[in-house]
Amino acid sequence: MIVIDAINDMLGVVKSGSRAYYMWMGLLALLAVIGVLFYFRQIDQGLIATNMRDQVSWGWYIANFTFLVGVAAAAVVLVIPYYIYDYKPIGNMVLIGEVMAISAVSMCLMFILLDMGSPERFWHLIPGLGIFNFPESILTWDVVVLNGYLALNLFIVIYALSKIYMGKSYKTGLIWPFILLSVPAAISIHTVTAFLYLGLPARPFWNAAVLAPRFIASAFCSGPAFMLIIFQILRKRTNIVISDKAIHKVAELITWAMAFNLFFLITEIFKERYSATAHIAPMNYLFYGLQGHDHLVPWIWSAIIFNSIAFLILLMPALRKNFLTMNIACVLIFIGVYIEKGIGLVFPGFTPDTLGEIYDYMPNAMELWISLAVWAIGLMIFTIGAKIAIAIQTGEIGHANPADH
Amino acid sequence: MSDDTKGNDKSTITRRKFLAGLTAGAAALSLPADADAYMLEEYFRQHFKRLDKDDLDDILKKLDEELSFKFGKKVNVKATPPMDNVVYGYALDLSRCVGCRRCVYACVEENNLSRNPQIHWIKVLEFSKQNHKWQGLEHSNRYYDPPKVPEKGRTYVPVQCQQCKKPPCVKVCPVQATWQEPDGIVVVDYNWCIGCRFCMAACPYGARNFNWGKPSVPNENINPDMHYLGNRPQYKGVVGKCTFCIQRSRVGKYTACVEACPVGARKFGNLMDPNSELRYILEHMKVFRLKEELDTNPKFFYFFSLGSPVKS
Ligand code: SF4
Ligand code: SF4
Repeated sequence: MIVIDAINDMLGVVKSGSRAYYMWMGLLALLAVIGVLFYFRQIDQGLIATNMRDQVSWGWYIANFTFLVGVAAAAVVLVIPYYIYDYKPIGNMVLIGEVMAISAVSMCLMFILLDMGSPERFWHLIPGLGIFNFPESILTWDVVVLNGYLALNLFIVIYALSKIYMGKSYKTGLIWPFILLSVPAAISIHTVTAFLYLGLPARPFWNAAVLAPRFIASAFCSGPAFMLIIFQILRKRTNIVISDKAIHKVAELITWAMAFNLFFLITEIFKERYSATAHIAPMNYLFYGLQGHDHLVPWIWSAIIFNSIAFLILLMPALRKNFLTMNIACVLIFIGVYIEKGIGLVFPGFTPDTLGEIYDYMPNAMELWISLAVWAIGLMIFTIGAKIAIAIQTGEIGHANPADH
Repeated sequence: MSDDTKGNDKSTITRRKFLAGLTAGAAALSLPADADAYMLEEYFRQHFKRLDKDDLDDILKKLDEELSFKFGKKVNVKATPPMDNVVYGYALDLSRCVGCRRCVYACVEENNLSRNPQIHWIKVLEFSKQNHKWQGLEHSNRYYDPPKVPEKGRTYVPVQCQQCKKPPCVKVCPVQATWQEPDGIVVVDYNWCIGCRFCMAACPYGARNFNWGKPSVPNENINPDMHYLGNRPQYKGVVGKCTFCIQRSRVGKYTACVEACPVGARKFGNLMDPNSELRYILEHMKVFRLKEELDTNPKFFYFFSLGSPVKS
């Protein structure tokens, strides 16, 4: 049976590895276990165990969700055009990008589940069984596009890998439409997630059209920055081939995306500062502090400084092509956008709240541990997925491969 | 910890309540036997609007038994339907409100709101004279605590669910766990809400409260006269909100906050009835609503019967 062979082969790949691999997976497993233990506490006590309250009713979980939607989308979008314009067959990068998208979307779904007050009632959302308030509720749109995106990427990866495994040259023509479709699908998970926020006139900080393009711009910084680092690790540790040219190309695209991100930021700040209406309160809270409440201020300014430095580095071709400075820029961007999309978007949207109260939200240790566990599980999915994908692509395992038996 | 509290409640219970509890308990003796079946039923229970009459009657009966047993007194959960030709409205006289918060506590008692963690469906905001601008909401204070109210130079603005005619909270709910009834009351099905809190992000009036922890009400404080969509005990992980005391208004009573207000600042009635006090106020006073620019169309009006304290 091919399927059994394949599963055995894949298990073999997952089981074997260097010491570093075992330590890495062990660390992730440990973090996951710790987080799960904390999650039991959250289930037992309810969300009161977090620092969220009525005033700030979404917190760190939703912030992570928002950030990861960006990673999920960008992983695919920035890699595919490169191949489209380069007329290469589906390369190593595309499949790794898709595996990353799958891991990131899985993390998004986990964060949503974590944040639900009554997760055991998830069946209420299933059309037919429950009530799916589509198209009224934009949240149902998000459920559709996120799951659709997950299914699409799973299909592409499994189809392509199983063909390669069987040693058959699969028809690019057959899968190409799906790959093309994943580009608008990636944009859609982003746009719809931005719409969750910007469709709420009760929250002036979010109720701005620029939010959606800014989401996309910042995602095209953070996602690819993450990928560039992963790609370099992968090509060092495995025998997968990723050209310098490809890496430089992606770095160039990040530069453009960051330019737009900073431009949108300036637009936003100008609009609020110059009009100086009552709606400026959340922005003041974030950037300058409001009535002495200023615990977000250092975070957002570090994010802006990180992003700006990274932008300047990437702007100069010499520094962009230098791997050391490029990697510094990537790390700065990743942290900068993480702060910006997490702390800088979700929390001030709720502060001051609709009745003017200022509640200084910051996640507590439990929320951080649980979130860390989700990241750990996501990285495990990615590591295993990427390991199998690379093993199949490099012919390490395969059904038609006589060396395998 | 919670067991201790339960024990204390039992020891302080009065004789009469104890006897009432016994009878209720006897009626519910069969409960433990099919407790599993009951939990399963509860888990798979459909949305309120999808329940047919038999199902609903059955559920209400079971709820009566369960809650009577739990609280040691005869509890009666109804699902009184809306009356024809009635749309409820509310008017609040800001020139009379003294900020005493009697309405807040009357609401807590009437609606069996959790005492620990504490949940208030009515919030009274205190504004100081210098900041007499609606935009300056962030200068208001919810937690004022002077020895005596009203204080000089202060205005008090109680806020609760504004029962919007175009409720943004309803629109965003992914499972339709919250909706507007024909009499204009926006309700929540506590057995259907998944606790995503999107409605809280969408409500412009801070009117929705989440049960972050397990709600708890001491047995002796339970108001046994309950409505399925109103003041029955809520669950951990679901959203609740003011329902214009649906258990009272639908049987022709005033809401608890109206009755509790010592200065008569709160007016409640049927917007469809041209002879109601409410219609009189709307026609003869200068009324306004909060955040009109959002066009949520609240059925909750504010007015000043004694001349505006805002000097222009
Ligand atoms: S005040 Fe808030 S909770 Fe009440 S109907 Fe309006 S939006 Fe909904
Ligand atoms: S918290 Fe409950 S009522 Fe509010 S939107 Fe979510 S499911 Fe609907």
